[in-house]
Amino acid sequence: MKWSEIFTSSVGKKWVMGLTGIFLVLFLLVHVGLNACIWAMDNGVMFNKAAHFMGSNAVPRILEIGLFAGFLLHMIQGWTLEWQNRSKRKQGYAVPMGNKGSKWYSRSMGILGTLLFLFLVMHINHFWVPSRITGLEPVIIDGKEHHNLYREMLTVFQGNLTVVILYTLGCVSLFWHLLHGFQSAFRTLGVTNPRYLSLIDKTGAGFSLLVCGAFALMPISMYLGWIN
Amino acid sequence: MEHYTMNLTLKIWRQPNTQSPGRFETYPVSNISSEMSFLEMIDVLNEQLIKDGKEPVAFDHDCREGICGMCSMYINGRPHGPWQNNTTCQLHMRAYQDGDTITIEPWRANSFPVIKDLMVDRSAFDRIIQAGGYISVNTGSAVDANAIAVEKDNADAAFAAAACIGCGACVAACKNSSAMLFVSAKVSHLALLPQGSPERKSRAVNMVAQMDKEGFGACTNTGACEAVCPKGISIENIARLNREYMMAGLSAD
Repeated sequence: MKWSEIFTSSVGKKWVMGLTGIFLVLFLLVHVGLNACIWAMDNGVMFNKAAHFMGSNAVPRILEIGLFAGFLLHMIQGWTLEWQNRSKRKQGYAVPMGNKGSKWYSRSMGILGTLLFLFLVMHINHFWVPSRITGLEPVIIDGKEHHNLYREMLTVFQGNLTVVILYTLGCVSLFWHLLHGFQSAFRTLGVTNPRYLSLIDKTGAGFSLLVCGAFALMPISMYLGWIN
Repeated sequence: MEHYTMNLTLKIWRQPNTQSPGRFETYPVSNISSEMSFLEMIDVLNEQLIKDGKEPVAFDHDCREGICGMCSMYINGRPHGPWQNNTTCQLHMRAYQDGDTITIEPWRANSFPVIKDLMVDRSAFDRIIQAGGYISVNTGSAVDANAIAVEKDNADAAFAAAACIGCGACVAACKNSSAMLFVSAKVSHLALLPQGSPERKSRAVNMVAQMDKEGFGACTNTGACEAVCPKGISIENIARLNREYMMAGLSAD
């Protein structure tokens, strides 16, 4: 059996979605943890140090390449699967099943993922591009020059209600996407044990709520001046 | 429950053959007993149509006791109608009230082309079974049932999976027209038993390959299949098939 046969089969494609999905979940965990440093109330010192480590250390920089690859694979595979799956029923039903057997968000992973992609384009443009390419104003911490990413966050979010609303909507989309995706990834990878599945379902729901809630609170707390 | 009669309006998909386009036709039926089965109600309609010199509605049915998997109507937006763990033939008219309108459609999936009216061609399932849904054994006298020890949990799970009657409601309900619940039930049923173990790898690989070839979609774990399955087949079987397939794929030559 060829490798290509495995990963181009319907089950193999789902494995790619599950594996990249879990990788992206781990990324979210790192991202939310580092970003939570903005709430240290130290005028962004801890946050800028964390951002500096991520931008200057070789390990996160190499992982960053993997992250972009993971995002691309997850998106391209996701859209391909969505398009292929939709084409399997040319004649639809006059009376759709709707929510009679499944949750709306489990049927909407394609559209939720597309909304997340649009959010990602905006988000990368706001922070990744200035941080890695166009440059940020410097700040001296412990005698060393750092990018003042914290200042950039304040600039983007303070006094800009539209951006704050768009970020909140992005977090809402992420919540619904994760609520299905988290547990679905483990089922795709073959977890059948009911004890583990129950644990995964609860962890997934908790993770979706906490991580997306924390992400949404970041622009909101800056906009409302809870941190300055 | 007290017996009552009802007058109903039926909106039924009529299609003369696979190639011709179909359309909905509306038929009134009267004096339907609440104790009739759903298919008996269709029988009443067909007798009326024949009496009027019209073509009766073609639909699949065989045992009419919920075990053969032939009946296949998508009723008011749900395969096999509104009841849980139930086939169309076991749906009874007490599920409806006087004056109700019932819309009846065939299973919809490219892999299940309409043969006529409410009948669809489900031979794709037969070809999937032919690809690996069996155990190759030499025939001979039956082995004593207790000769091979089977763990009780595995025996129960295999038995539950073996309850699949191959009706195709899972495909009809799935937004992706995926046959994963059907295929996973067949793979689980055999993989969980020692008799099925020697061929478990080739079975998983070949049945998935045939499923893809037949044009069914991929599973996105929405759970719609499990919700409509007349035999209550669990989507836990799908996770097992995912594991069986990948273990086979990664370890095959």
